[in-house]
Amino acid sequence: MTSMSNNLLKIEDLTVRFHGLVAVDHVSFQVEPGTVHGLIGPNGAGKTTCFNLISGLIPPTSGRAILAGAPLVGPSWKRTRAGLSRTFQNIRMFQEMTVRENVMTGMQARLHASVPEILSRLGRFRKEETAAKVRADELLEFVGLAASADRRAGDLSYGDQRRLEIARAVASGPKLLMLDEPAAGMNPTETRELVELLLRLKQDGLTLLLVEHDMHFVMSLCDRITVLNFGRKIAEGTPREVRENPDVIEAYLGAKVAERLKGGTA
Amino acid sequence: MTTFLDNFFFSYQTLIFALGINGLLALSMYTVLAVGQLSLGQAAFMGIGAYVSALLTLHLDWPFAAVLLAAMIVPALFALLIGGPTLKLTGVYLALATIALGEIIRIFCNTSDLTGGALGLSGIPNKTTFTLIFGLLALALVNFVLIARSRVGRAMEAMREDEVAAGVMGINLPAMKLGALVVSAMLAGLAGALNAHANSFIGPNDYGFDQAVTILSFALLGGIGSPFGPVLGAVILTLLPELLTALHDFKLVVNGFIIVVAVLYMPRGLLSWRIGRVG
Ligand SMILES: Nc1ncnc2c1ncn2[C@@H]1O[C@H](COP(=O)(O)OP(=O)(O)O)[C@@H](O)[C@H]1O
Ligand SMILES: [Mg+2]
Repeated sequence: MTSMSNNLLKIEDLTVRFHGLVAVDHVSFQVEPGTVHGLIGPNGAGKTTCFNLISGLIPPTSGRAILAGAPLVGPSWKRTRAGLSRTFQNIRMFQEMTVRENVMTGMQARLHASVPEILSRLGRFRKEETAAKVRADELLEFVGLAASADRRAGDLSYGDQRRLEIARAVASGPKLLMLDEPAAGMNPTETRELVELLLRLKQDGLTLLLVEHDMHFVMSLCDRITVLNFGRKIAEGTPREVRENPDVIEAYLGAKVAERLKGGTA
Repeated sequence: MTTFLDNFFFSYQTLIFALGINGLLALSMYTVLAVGQLSLGQAAFMGIGAYVSALLTLHLDWPFAAVLLAAMIVPALFALLIGGPTLKLTGVYLALATIALGEIIRIFCNTSDLTGGALGLSGIPNKTTFTLIFGLLALALVNFVLIARSRVGRAMEAMREDEVAAGVMGINLPAMKLGALVVSAMLAGLAGALNAHANSFIGPNDYGFDQAVTILSFALLGGIGSPFGPVLGAVILTLLPELLTALHDFKLVVNGFIIVVAVLYMPRGLLSWRIGRVG
């Protein structure tokens, strides 16, 4: 906690209240550059809400997020332009577009051809558009979807859509990539491939903030983990520290028992 | 015999002009729908363009090119005025604000001496030509295709499909929505001016709510997967009442019916072909 300056993302006292419910309750943590940081906790702990606050989809009651020294303010599109990128727990693909068009849409913040340049096909337009297409195909190659570039995005399998969503999020050239349950709904093979993919992104120098339910997945990927329960931060540390933390064990066991009781199988 | 032919050509010409002008109106509607917004102000923008152009021609005798330009700029200013505050809010506010604009314009034109009150303006010289209408329609279509196949076209489709995700892509949502509304107002104003200078008469009831619904039905019938869909819709809905004269009196009912059917059973419209988005 001494070297405060070495962080890419700094969450300060983030709080949001929905009517009576405090979904995120004075949460603070930091993400170091070049690391994979996990944000875990039982269902309803406030992880997705945290992502929505950081990416500007909902306004906080109090607190703030700082990316590379600059406070993140304003609507989501401005934050993307400031170097933030994310995926969604419930995939939000542009289904009617092709796979390649989806990835190119992720590059909005980096394309600058003006309307006159677009209409005349002069100036920056051609160079920029060609470069964007090449880059999109590289990214599709990277996530293993090169063969599907011209397919309708909505026709891809669930696992492929998850990977496409990652390619689209990487396309903006973010400083920080936030992934909300990227392995949800994947089979074991797809999950293993996803771990590999995320490790390659890390090797390329990208910083990841990862929400995930699957403990094995989280433990095998993350350098550090922050644990939420009922909107509060209850633990933080390396995967080993977190796994052995009695509060964490209790939170997860409590949630499991509660689930079983609800399902009537306890 | 010659009067018969004259009459025939006269009505024929009116119909052909209407096809092109309605095509422009359909594109105006498309511009807003293509970014996922709903405006019912197309008729009002058209009316503003029609009145502004007619007054400039009648009173100031401006050259037609300058008149057409003014007929695009003035509605664009109205679009900025109502789009600025309402587009920050979600969907329905723009629709409501544009309905209100339509009523204000109708009431103003009905009561103001400047616009000739309920009698409207007559004696507008015929300056619109076949070449002008269809040249402008073709130019608009080419520009729409060029825009579609670019970062702007991708942003438009992204916004229409999922505005939240589009925002997360870094798309400047307010600028895109306002830009679309302004372009749409310019196209409708242009169509209004061309129409005014083709018909020699304009009245305040030409630009009411039923006209707004008619323009909306062009786009919904044709489909908004590409700019060609709405133009196709306009062609069909302009020809249909001429072919089936019985339909003439029930135009509004037919258009309402088409909207319901399109929304429920043909969400992609008649022309479901989707334009590519890579330049
Ligand atoms: N927009 C909202 N309005 C009201 N309650 C919400 C809203 N979004 C989330 N919540 C509630 O906040 C809590 C945290 O939800 P969420 O962040 O989705 O949890 P998770 O950790 O599973 O991602 C839940 O109880 C959820 O019902
Ligand atoms: Mg969640």
